[in-house]
Amino acid sequence: MSARIVTLVVGAVLLITLPFWMPGVYYLNVASQILFYAVFAIGLNILAGYGGLVSLGHAALFGIAAYATGYLLQHGFGHPAAILIALVVAMASTALYAVLSLRASGIGYIMITLALGEIVWGLAYRWISVTGGDNGISVHVRPEPFGIALTSASAFYYTCLIVFALSTAMIAIFVRSPLGAALKGTRDQPRRMNALGYHVWAIRFWASMLSGLLTAIAGILFVYYNQFISPQTLALTASAEVVLMVIAGGASTLFGPVVGAALVVIVKSVVSGYLTRWNFLLGAIFVAIVILMPEGLVPGTVRLWKLGWRKTIARRPKIFKAGGPPV
Amino acid sequence: MSALTVSGLRKSFGGLHVTKNVNLNVESGERRLIIGPNGAGKTTLFNLITGEIAADGGSIQLLGKDITQVPARRRPHLGMARTYQIITLFAQDSIMHNVLLALLGLSRSRWNPLMDLGRQRHLVEEAHQALERVGLGHIADRPLAQTSYGERRRVEIAMALAQNPKVLLLDEPFAGLSIDERRDVQKLLLAIPRDVTMVMIEHNMDVALDFADRITLLHFGEVIVEGTRTEVVADPRTREVYLGH
Repeated sequence: MSARIVTLVVGAVLLITLPFWMPGVYYLNVASQILFYAVFAIGLNILAGYGGLVSLGHAALFGIAAYATGYLLQHGFGHPAAILIALVVAMASTALYAVLSLRASGIGYIMITLALGEIVWGLAYRWISVTGGDNGISVHVRPEPFGIALTSASAFYYTCLIVFALSTAMIAIFVRSPLGAALKGTRDQPRRMNALGYHVWAIRFWASMLSGLLTAIAGILFVYYNQFISPQTLALTASAEVVLMVIAGGASTLFGPVVGAALVVIVKSVVSGYLTRWNFLLGAIFVAIVILMPEGLVPGTVRLWKLGWRKTIARRPKIFKAGGPPV
Repeated sequence: MSALTVSGLRKSFGGLHVTKNVNLNVESGERRLIIGPNGAGKTTLFNLITGEIAADGGSIQLLGKDITQVPARRRPHLGMARTYQIITLFAQDSIMHNVLLALLGLSRSRWNPLMDLGRQRHLVEEAHQALERVGLGHIADRPLAQTSYGERRRVEIAMALAQNPKVLLLDEPFAGLSIDERRDVQKLLLAIPRDVTMVMIEHNMDVALDFADRITLLHFGEVIVEGTRTEVVADPRTREVYLGH
């Protein structure tokens, strides 16, 4: 327990001070990317991890929020209005997405979400009057909340950090709550949950909405970060990537998706500078994770840590207290 | 007043008629035993009563209210609870968490996304009481994965009891238990007060007969014999299709 708190405090301090010790704007931008992809992965983890519903079309929801923001800014809306309306559009889309996909679970759910993701991708690609087709939409300025311009890398980083911290806190609270417990229950024993008086479909629906909210927020950060959105952002590979983040880091854990997001973003943007075949490396890492730590990096590391700790204790000479168990 | 009335209940899976015009009337406070050879349609009857599968015809009344069209998830709220023949628990969680989920199912706070479930004193307290009733209070925090089969059977019963049902459906609560465990479960079932109506499916005649006020014998989806304990045991048809001697 105390090891957990130490890790959390060290992590928080490192993240807060990061702009002061990180060499160069480039790496700071990588850190920003990790943070908003982490929010995306945390959002998916609600469904894929805690709900047992592996959505393979989540990039569509991410993309809808990003496109809506870009489109509204292009048509002269201010930043607050654009962000707010984009969130409403994304939530409405999520509701529709949930109603259509929650007709099934398991493989059926995966296939429906995959199809829905492809439909949205097709719309982004073909509905040129709205999305600009292959050319995408450019966003020319970042917002200035409270007079702080987010144009600088460090200001944008702190924005991402605040959103990330809030999202993490939100999920930490949610998973301990009755609704969170009910969601995990519907993953493990849906039939029993129904017989115990739970509305399984409604629980999954609200979980989808929460997941969609975080996904949309991440999408808006994405479009402000890149200042550009194109159909590639909501392609199947993008959906698969975020599923891999969740699984590689550790599904249904609080920090697994964060570690997964860091891994994918670092390999994609940093390692790809040195290695042409970075895709190969990413693949090899995933294979290694699946073989060595099938539960994901975070739970796997915790398991190894505890194992090592126990061995260290075992190596110490045993001291017997009178009448007590060996210490 | 009758606690549970089933009339003209029918269910077919394709050409297989599993439930054929079943009529059943269980009085309030009664202990009813349902027996029958394998494949007689006993568990299907339970699944129809709890609404987990929809009937093709007929009606079900709970405490005088027609619940035929009420979805399965609403029926526990009306006072119906069940246990499963095949243990259906939350294997990754503690015994306590399993019972908490049962309690939460009937609580309004099951929709709450903000409060800490573990800190809901009254729920934890109630769950503890249910576990004490089945004699598992001392290992409440043990992960389910580290419990014996007999303990899991009792967790099943604790979850049903925690919901404070008026009608309790027990699907083979003694299946797979040792003689000692059977005696414990029997004692615990006999201690349930008479304001709970119980319907039990069971093969284990030595423990089940003590329990029953009335017995219903099902055979190929039909009620063949129904009556008091002595009547049913003495009936030649019972001997022919079930007791086999």
